[in-house]
Amino acid sequence: MEPLVAIMVGALTAGAVYLMLARNVLRFLFGLILISNAANLLIFASGRLTPESPPLVPYGADVPPPGVANALPQALVLTAIVIGFGLFAFALVLVYRGYQNLGTLDSDEMRIAEPKE
Amino acid sequence: MAGSSHDAPALGGPIGIVSILIPAALFAWLCTQIGAVTQGPVLWTMDWVPSLGVEIGFLLDGLSLTFALLITGIGTLITLYSSSYLGYQAHYPRFVAYLLAFMVGMLGLVLSDNLLALFVFWEVTTISSYLLIGYLADDPKSRRNALQALLVTGTGGLAFLAGIILIAAAAGTFNISELPDLTQSLLYPGIFVLVVLGAFTKSAQVPFHFWLPNAMAAPTPVSAYLHSATMVKGGVYLLARMNPSMGGTDAWFWTLTVFGGVTAVFASVVALKQTDIKQVLAWTTLMALGTLVLFIGVGTPYAIEGMVVFLVVHAFYKAALFMVAGLIDHGTGTREVDRLRGLAGKMPFTFAAALLAGASMAGLPPLFGFIGKEFLYKGALESPGTLWVAGCAFAASALMFAAAGIVAFRPFTGPRSVPAETAHDGDAAMLAGPLLLAALGLGFGLFPDVTEPLLGAMAGAVLGEPVALDLYLYGGVNTALILSGATFAVGLVLYLLHGSIRRGLQTFGEGADPAWDRLMDGVAAGAKGLANFVQGGRLRVYVFVTFSTLAVMLAATLIRAGTLPDLFELEELRIKHWAVLIFIVAGAGLVAVTNSRMTAVASLGVVGVGVALVFIIFGAPDVAITQLLVEVLQVVLVAVAMLKLPHMKPENVKTVRGKDMILSLSIGAMVTLVALHVMATPLDLRITEYFEANSVPQAFGRNIVNVILVDFRALDTFGEIAVVLIAALGAYGLLRGTRYRGGSPR
Amino acid sequence: MSSTSLIVRAATRVLTGLLLVFSIYMLLRGHNEPGGGFIGGLIGATGFILYAIAHGCRATRQALRVEPQMIAAVGLGVALLAGVIPLLIGDQLFHGLWAFWRYEGGYVPFSTILVFDVGVYLVVLGSVLTIVLALEEEV
Repeated sequence: MEPLVAIMVGALTAGAVYLMLARNVLRFLFGLILISNAANLLIFASGRLTPESPPLVPYGADVPPPGVANALPQALVLTAIVIGFGLFAFALVLVYRGYQNLGTLDSDEMRIAEPKE
Repeated sequence: MAGSSHDAPALGGPIGIVSILIPAALFAWLCTQIGAVTQGPVLWTMDWVPSLGVEIGFLLDGLSLTFALLITGIGTLITLYSSSYLGYQAHYPRFVAYLLAFMVGMLGLVLSDNLLALFVFWEVTTISSYLLIGYLADDPKSRRNALQALLVTGTGGLAFLAGIILIAAAAGTFNISELPDLTQSLLYPGIFVLVVLGAFTKSAQVPFHFWLPNAMAAPTPVSAYLHSATMVKGGVYLLARMNPSMGGTDAWFWTLTVFGGVTAVFASVVALKQTDIKQVLAWTTLMALGTLVLFIGVGTPYAIEGMVVFLVVHAFYKAALFMVAGLIDHGTGTREVDRLRGLAGKMPFTFAAALLAGASMAGLPPLFGFIGKEFLYKGALESPGTLWVAGCAFAASALMFAAAGIVAFRPFTGPRSVPAETAHDGDAAMLAGPLLLAALGLGFGLFPDVTEPLLGAMAGAVLGEPVALDLYLYGGVNTALILSGATFAVGLVLYLLHGSIRRGLQTFGEGADPAWDRLMDGVAAGAKGLANFVQGGRLRVYVFVTFSTLAVMLAATLIRAGTLPDLFELEELRIKHWAVLIFIVAGAGLVAVTNSRMTAVASLGVVGVGVALVFIIFGAPDVAITQLLVEVLQVVLVAVAMLKLPHMKPENVKTVRGKDMILSLSIGAMVTLVALHVMATPLDLRITEYFEANSVPQAFGRNIVNVILVDFRALDTFGEIAVVLIAALGAYGLLRGTRYRGGSPR
Repeated sequence: MSSTSLIVRAATRVLTGLLLVFSIYMLLRGHNEPGGGFIGGLIGATGFILYAIAHGCRATRQALRVEPQMIAAVGLGVALLAGVIPLLIGDQLFHGLWAFWRYEGGYVPFSTILVFDVGVYLVVLGSVLTIVLALEEEV
């Protein structure tokens, strides 16, 4: 399965880069979602892929059975997802407010801080 | 500058009086130290940065004490002069502040034993000089010239700093008093170039000379103080100070004698071309600086003795003559030599000061300048490369004789010119300085013995060994005396012919200034172009550059990593695995190319669910649940925001952007390969094993992921929820707090 | 805000309650089974958002009784408290403290860990609602 996950990560990254290079900041935002998904998937997969055995200790036991999934990247990815959501929400509000104040979603036309060419 | 001084408060008011008393008190205190210093150097130290072994030390020996006496003594006279010359002006307090700041910097420069402290004070003089040259800030030329001086000397200062660091690396100390002989060090070539660069820019040696004549945009007292007697001698001081540890090599000898000699002769020729008295004086100052550098380079005892005497001589007469130039300007309203004749009757005291100082400058007996010139000739005659050194000294001295006639003799004699009709002499405050300095030139000439202890100690400090200085006016008929006679003869001829010499010189170009302006324009245009290039204000460009860099780094990583190890078993793949792959790839592709917002949101949902499926398949239920919930919330947020946002337009007419497509696909492919490498690399599972072993016994939790989050790594989680809260508050603030009301941008 | 149908509005009342109860269940079981403060907070937020879609933001704020950003801030304070308590009795920051109330046939655990997870729950719930409600009211 590892090669397939690697292809997923690559496809998500490619889509994200393509979107982030767009003029429309809404597309940029979609790219942001894709690239955080790609990063989460990569971190998860770098801890190895272990099918169908979550890192849970059975009731009454002291240690999990051998061969459970790696818990550490899971913990990292879990908080990364929530933080990624916070980032996305903030960026969305920024885009929204930017559109209200500047009347455009085109990043080339957002030039308050830059001199007109 | 020739404003009225009638309503000036006496001595510039309280501010002026303080500015006079401070250097006077310092001067008096320094005088009490002469006796001790002639017995040997005095050193005070105290800790500055003890952890770095940096201590601030003050070294008082013949060299630094002589400089300090000149700085405070002439400083007293200059502040006295300024109180009348500028005291009536509204900006006079500012001027005094700059001048005193400069004085502190200059004193620190010559007294510091620590090279880093010396550098700090060096820069203080550079900056205060910038402020003083640009004192008449309403004049664009004044500002330009100030900036020019700052940039030239500042660049040299940076070179000097680098040199200091090399010195510390070679010597193991920043303290001048502990410096060993550096000439054998491997770093000597670097040290030599950097230190000489610093000294040459500060002391305006060719080819860095051009800033000094331009610095005459400063008020005349500043020119008299900084640009003749003190600051420009900072570079000379540095060379003299470093002579014991850096001198004596061929590189030292030839660099200093060639640059010093060229500067001396070139500057004294150009001096004859000038018609402004201050410009004549400025160029002869360059000549003096060149001569001092020349003789430090020669480095023999006679040469150093001559250098020491000439340094003091020059400080006296040049400061006096600059003040005379100010008096003439003040009394007549012009400094043009051709419009000034016959001032002697109207300005008798100025004439007296000018005559004595000019005679010292010309090197006439029995003035101190004559002794200085005699000792220079003696040094030149016994030096290696006699022909060059003596030739330069002779040419410069003869030209200086003529220049002295132009500024100190010609304006006062002959038939009275129009501006001279209304001329008036200065008041006592303005006359005291030039008269006293000129008189000292005569007094020390007649009784040179009184200067011997201090100047002997100074020459000893430069040479690094004790010197028994014996100064005299007449030492019998020798080569030096014959040379002096020849100097007077040639100088007189040059003086009489100076009108035609000037006309001949006028045909030459403008010198370095146009080139400088072109350089500055080029730098400004280059900076503007660079800023426009790297900060064009286009997000797309920034992102493109960022990802291109990423692509390069990924490619480099892949090349270094080599071929992929074949570790993966593909037999286990099942339909569900391929289904997830198709979900994610199709979703990512669709969201990238669609122009419909709803399609994009739906595709993002497909991608999110696909990623959640990966988490479920590989044993991460917590992560999968979180992913799905976040997915739902993202759709809610996007849907809400969409209500007010416009539809997406196809990008750049074309639906597909070729260049972006190529970049994104290549990055995607390389990320895939890197991911494969990562998963093929052996994994260190010790941390995971620790968590697995301790989750139940230590933390009483059977869900290891949650135990990591809330117990083992709780501090990290705390930071993360704080970030979530900050993001929420930021978004809330954006929505509620701010609304742009400035109308259309710009 | 009555554009939504009566059935939806009635149904969301029940659904929101169920989601809230479920979210607390997920929070409490999180230490031993899949769940925890993050997941619980997200589920709780979903419940309130559902309510907001059906009944409007004003009604949701009334149902919450306190501002959502206040909930989040209190949650951060609770989490910090859980970390500081062990420090006060001489342990390390964020060290888990446990107490067991035993009775015949079993025991009920109390811990600073649970307090911390409650803090996480409140921060996530409050933060998500802060953004969603503010954005919805803006539009």
